[in-house]
Amino acid sequence: METATTSSAGETVISARGISKQFAGIEVLRDVDLDFRAGEIHALVGENGAGKSTFAKILSGVHRPTRGTLALRGELVEVPNPLTAQRLGITLIHQEPVSFPDLSVAENLVLGRDQGSVLGRVPWAKITRDARESMDQLGINIKVNVPMRGLSIADQQMVEIARALASDSRLIIMDEPTAPLTPIEVETLFKIVRRLRDEGRTIIFISHRLEEVRALCDRITVFRDGNLVHTGDVAAVDDEEIIRLMIGRSLKEYIHKRRTEIGEVALEVKDLCLPGLFSDISFEVRKGEIVGLAGLVGAGRTDVARAIFGITPAHSGTIAVNGKDIGVAEPTEAIALGLAFVPEDRAAAGIFQSLSVEHNITAAVPGRIAPRGFIRHALERALANEAVQKMRIRLASLRQPIGELSGGNQQKSILARWLLTDPSVLIMDEPTRGIDVGVKSEFYDMIGELAESGRAILLISSELPELLALCDRILVMSEGRLTADLSRAEATQENVMREAVPKSGVHSPTVAA
Amino acid sequence: MNRITGVIGALLRRRAAGIAVMLLIFSLVVGLIQPRFLTPDTLRIVMLAIPLIMVAAMGQMMVLVSRHVDLSMGSMLGFTAIVAGMVFRDFPDVPWWVGFIVAISTGAVLGLFNGLVVTIFKLPSIIVTLGTLSLFRGVLFLISDARQVDPQFIPSALIQMSQTSPVFGIPGIVLIAFGVAFLTYLFLDHTRLGRQIYAIGSNPAAAPLRGIRVVPVTLLVFTLSGALSGLAGIMYASRFGYVNPSITGVGFEFTVIAAVVIGGASINGGVGTVLGTVLGVILLGTVSVALPILAVSAFWQDAIFGAVIVIALLIDRSVRERGARSVVAGHRP
Amino acid sequence: MSGAEDATTRTPPAADAATPRPRWQVILVRPETVTFLFLIVATIGASWLSPFFADVRYILESFTFYFEFAIVALILTMVIISGEIDLSAASMMALSASLFGVAYQAGLGIPGAMAVSLLSGVLMGAFNGFLVINMKLPSIIVTIGTLTLFRGLAQVIAGDKSIGKFPAWFIGIDYRFVFDVPIPVIVFLIVSLILGIFLGTSAIGRQIYQIGTSPIAARHAGIRVNRIKYGLFIAMGLVSSIAGLLAASRLASVRYDLATGGELQMVLIVMLGGTYIFGGRGTILGTFLAAWLLVVIATGMTVANIPINAQLTVLGLLLIVSIIATNAIHVRTQR
Repeated sequence: METATTSSAGETVISARGISKQFAGIEVLRDVDLDFRAGEIHALVGENGAGKSTFAKILSGVHRPTRGTLALRGELVEVPNPLTAQRLGITLIHQEPVSFPDLSVAENLVLGRDQGSVLGRVPWAKITRDARESMDQLGINIKVNVPMRGLSIADQQMVEIARALASDSRLIIMDEPTAPLTPIEVETLFKIVRRLRDEGRTIIFISHRLEEVRALCDRITVFRDGNLVHTGDVAAVDDEEIIRLMIGRSLKEYIHKRRTEIGEVALEVKDLCLPGLFSDISFEVRKGEIVGLAGLVGAGRTDVARAIFGITPAHSGTIAVNGKDIGVAEPTEAIALGLAFVPEDRAAAGIFQSLSVEHNITAAVPGRIAPRGFIRHALERALANEAVQKMRIRLASLRQPIGELSGGNQQKSILARWLLTDPSVLIMDEPTRGIDVGVKSEFYDMIGELAESGRAILLISSELPELLALCDRILVMSEGRLTADLSRAEATQENVMREAVPKSGVHSPTVAA
Repeated sequence: MNRITGVIGALLRRRAAGIAVMLLIFSLVVGLIQPRFLTPDTLRIVMLAIPLIMVAAMGQMMVLVSRHVDLSMGSMLGFTAIVAGMVFRDFPDVPWWVGFIVAISTGAVLGLFNGLVVTIFKLPSIIVTLGTLSLFRGVLFLISDARQVDPQFIPSALIQMSQTSPVFGIPGIVLIAFGVAFLTYLFLDHTRLGRQIYAIGSNPAAAPLRGIRVVPVTLLVFTLSGALSGLAGIMYASRFGYVNPSITGVGFEFTVIAAVVIGGASINGGVGTVLGTVLGVILLGTVSVALPILAVSAFWQDAIFGAVIVIALLIDRSVRERGARSVVAGHRP
Repeated sequence: MSGAEDATTRTPPAADAATPRPRWQVILVRPETVTFLFLIVATIGASWLSPFFADVRYILESFTFYFEFAIVALILTMVIISGEIDLSAASMMALSASLFGVAYQAGLGIPGAMAVSLLSGVLMGAFNGFLVINMKLPSIIVTIGTLTLFRGLAQVIAGDKSIGKFPAWFIGIDYRFVFDVPIPVIVFLIVSLILGIFLGTSAIGRQIYQIGTSPIAARHAGIRVNRIKYGLFIAMGLVSSIAGLLAASRLASVRYDLATGGELQMVLIVMLGGTYIFGGRGTILGTFLAAWLLVVIATGMTVANIPINAQLTVLGLLLIVSIIATNAIHVRTQR
C-alpha cells in the first residue's frame, strides 16, 4: 500500500461496534464490528441485500441502528439524521445524488452549510467564487451558475463530492458511484478519490465491480446475509476468493429435482432494443423450462422484463408468444396473449395496498369474475378462496387489506392473481426478495410446479444460489447486453459472476498493489 | 450578470427574453393595425391596468415556487378591500395610510389561515384554497352586510394615488407595484429565506436534509400571498374608488395565475422569476388594453387568459421533459 | 457462516395473524355513515328552525336548485376515486349551454341545438383528457386552466346577454312532477341508482377504485388505466353539458355566467359524501346523501333568512371541514 503520503494514515477514524438493524422484524444486519482508518479507500462488497448499503446508511444517519454503537475518533456519537452526520464530517453520496434540480450548482454546494440569519443577504459573489474554487480544486470543469437539472449524473456526483469537501468531510461514503458512469467518467472519479485519500480522508467505496475494487481500494470488507464475513487488505485476496466469500453459502435449503419435458418455444425475443437501457436482446424460453436471468443491479434485466410485458415497450425488436408475433404496447394485450409478470417492486407495482386480498387476487381477471360486465360475488369469492387454499396464503379474512399480510403472503397473492389468468409464460422479477427464508422454499416448490404444468418461466434474481438451484438455463446480462447463455451443467456461481461483472470498468493497472 | 446566478439559469433568461419579444411583436402588430396604440397614452393605460395583478402575482409566484397554489386571492382581495373601506366609512378621520395597514394585515391573517390548514392537515392547497375562496367571500358578505362602500368614503389622498404622484407624475400605485416587484426580487434572490422557498419547491423531500424547516417557510409563503392580496385590495379601493362585496376581486385569481404561469413559474415548484412574472403581467395587461383598440370584443379576454394558462402549462412540461432527459442519461434505479 | 440456518428456524412475522376490525366498527367509521348522520341532524335542526321543513314537498322543490351540480357531482365522484379531479365542469356547463342557446337562435331547433351542446360536452371532456393523459399534466391545475378557457369561450359565443325564448315545452323542468315528485328529483334518483350499481358492481367500477389506489399496480395488473380515465373525463364533459341543458330549461334562458363558481358546490358534495381527495375511496351513495345534505343545509339557511351570498361562508367552511374529516377517517382506516 502506498498510502503513507499523509501523516495521519492508519489512525482509526470511525469504529462501529455490534451494529445491527431490523426492518419489520427481519434482521438485515447482524453485529457488525468494523474500523475505518484515515487515508484509506475501503471497499464494501456483497450481493444485493447483503447489508452493505444498510450499513452505509447507518453510518450516514439515514437509518438508526437497532443495536450497536459508533465512535468517532474514540468518542461515542449518535447519528440520528443526515444533517448531524454532515456536521460530524460524514457524507453519503448516493448513486443518483440528491439535489435541488432547479437551483444552480453553486447554490447546491452551499445550501444547508451556510449558517446565518435566514434574512441575511446571500453573498452570491462569494458563493460563485467559492464554487469555482471547489471545482478547480477537484480539477473538473463544471459551470457553477447553471441549474443542476442539466448536469450529467457524473457531474452531479462531482458536485456532491465538492459539497463533502466544502464541509470538510473526513469520511465520504460512495454508494455504487460508478454504476451510471462511462469509463472516462469513472477514470476521472478515481483520480479524485485517490487524491482525497492522499489528503488523509477516508473513502468508503461500495461497488459490485471487482476490477474497480482492485484498481482503487486499499482494504475490502465483504458482507453476506447481513453478516460481515471478511475484512482485510485487497491485495491479500484474489477475485475467486472474494466471489466465494460473497456468495459462499451452501445451498442445502433447496435443491430442485424435477424431470420435466421441455416443450416447444413459448416466448421468443429477438433483437430487443431500448436505447439507454438495453440492446440486442435475443433469447427464447420453452414450455416447462425455467430460465434464469442473472446480472447486477442496473444491468437492464428489469427493463427487459418490463419491455416484454408492455410497461415500457422496446423501441425495436420482436416478441412472440407461442409462435404468435406480438407488438405489445400495453400490459392488457400481453396478458391476453398469455404473459404474466410478477414485478420487483411489490409495494408499488404489485399490490393494491389498501384493497382487500380478494380484490387483489382477482384484479387481472375481470372477465372471470364479471362474465357480463357485472361482478358476481359468489364467483369471485370462490375463485379467491380456491387460490388462497392452493397457494397456502395465510390470512385472517379475504376482506382484509392486503397491506396487513406479510411480504411472503402478499407475494403469494400476486402469484395467485396470475395463476387465475392461466398464463403460458410467467416472468418473475426478484420474487423472493424481502421474504422469509422459510417461505422461500415454498416459493421454490411453486415455481417448480408451475414449470411442470408446462408453463415457461423467466426468473430474474440477484440471488445466485436461487437461480442455480432452480433454473434449466441461466442468461447473464451486463450493461444492457446478454453476455452469456449457460446451460445447467455450465452454470456455476463463479461463471455467472464473471459474466455479470461489467468489462467497461476495467482500468489500466496504474495503481500500485 | 453573475449576481443573478440563483435560479435564473440560461433557460429562464431565455424565457424572460421570449416574453419580452412576444410583447414587442404584439405591440408592433397592434400598432401597425391601429397606430394610436403606440402612444404614451396607451402606456399610461397599460400601466394603470397592471398594478393590482402585479403585486398579487408576486405572491402567487412565491406560492407556485413552493409547489402550492392559492386560489383564494380574489376573495382575499375583496375581503381586505371591504375591511379597509369600512374602516374609512366608519372612522372618517383616519388617515389614508391606515387603510394600507388594515388591508395588508387582514390579508396576512387570511393567508396564514390557508397556510395552517394546508400544513397541519397535509391537504392539497388547491382544494383548501377553493374552500377558502368561498369562505372568505361569504365572511366578507357577512361583515359588510352585503353593502357597497361608496366613493365618497374613500379618502381622496388614496384615490389620488391612482392618478399621479410627486415622482414624474407616475401614479402612486404603479410605483408601489414596481417597488413590490423589486423587493420581492431582493427577497427571493438575495436572502437565505428566499432561496429556501426555491429549495422546498425544487425538492421537498430533500429540503429537511439540508436543515430547511419546511412548515414555517410554507406558512410564510401563504402569509405573504395573503398580505400581497391585501395590498392589491387597498389598491383596488384607490383605483376604482369603491368596494363592492359581490364584484371586487371575483375571478381575479385566474388572471393572476395566467400572468404567473406565462411568466415562466412552474406548477411543479422551484421555478419562477420576478422578471418573468413582471413581463407576464405586462403582456396580459397589454393584451387586455389592446383588445378594445383593435375592436375585438372584450369578451375574448377571459378566453385568451384561459388559453394562455393551458399553453403555458404545455410549454412548461416540454421544457421540463427536455431538461429531465439529459439528467436521466439512460439510467433508472 | 450460519446465517442461513439461523434464518430458517426463525418464526414467521406475527403480521400473518392480524385480526380484522370488528364489523360494526367498519360500518360506523364509513364516511357515508357520517354523512347520513349529519343529514338526519341537519334535517331535525332545520325543521326546528322552520315549520316548512316538515313538508317533504318543500325539500323536494328546493332540491331542484342544486340538482344540476348534484348530478355532475356523481360523475365527479368517480373521477376523484380514480385519482384525478375536474374543476372545469361548471365552465363546461356554461359553454355547452351557451352553444345550445346560440345554435337554437341560429334556427337549429331544440333537438339540433341539444345535439350540438352534448357534442361540445364530449369534446371538452376529451380535451381535458388529452391534456391530462397524453400530455401528462396534473388534472388539478389543467382543469383550472380549462375552467378559465371554457368560461371565456362561453363569453365569446354568447356575449353578455341572456339567450332565451325557448319553446314552452323545453322550459321549466323543475315545475313538472310525476306523482308529486319534481322530474329533476326523479332523474337524480335514477342516475344515482344506475351509477351506484355501475361503480359498485361492474368490473370497470372495480377497476376505477384500483386505478385510484395505485395507478402503477393497476397498469401491471392489465387494467387499461388511460382508457378508463379518458372515459371518465369524457363522461364528465357529457354530464356537464346535460346539466347545462337542465339549467337552461330551469332558468328558461342561458348566459355565459351560468353556474359560475359551481365547481365549489360540486367538489363540496363529493367531499361531504366522504370521497377521499387522494383517490381510491368513495361511493355514489355517499355523494347521493351529501347532495341532500347540502340541500337541507342551504335551504335551512334560506328559511333562516341567511342571504345567499353569506351562505358561501358555510359552504367554504363545510368544504374545508369535510376534507379534513374524511381525510382523517381514511388515514385512520388505512392501516
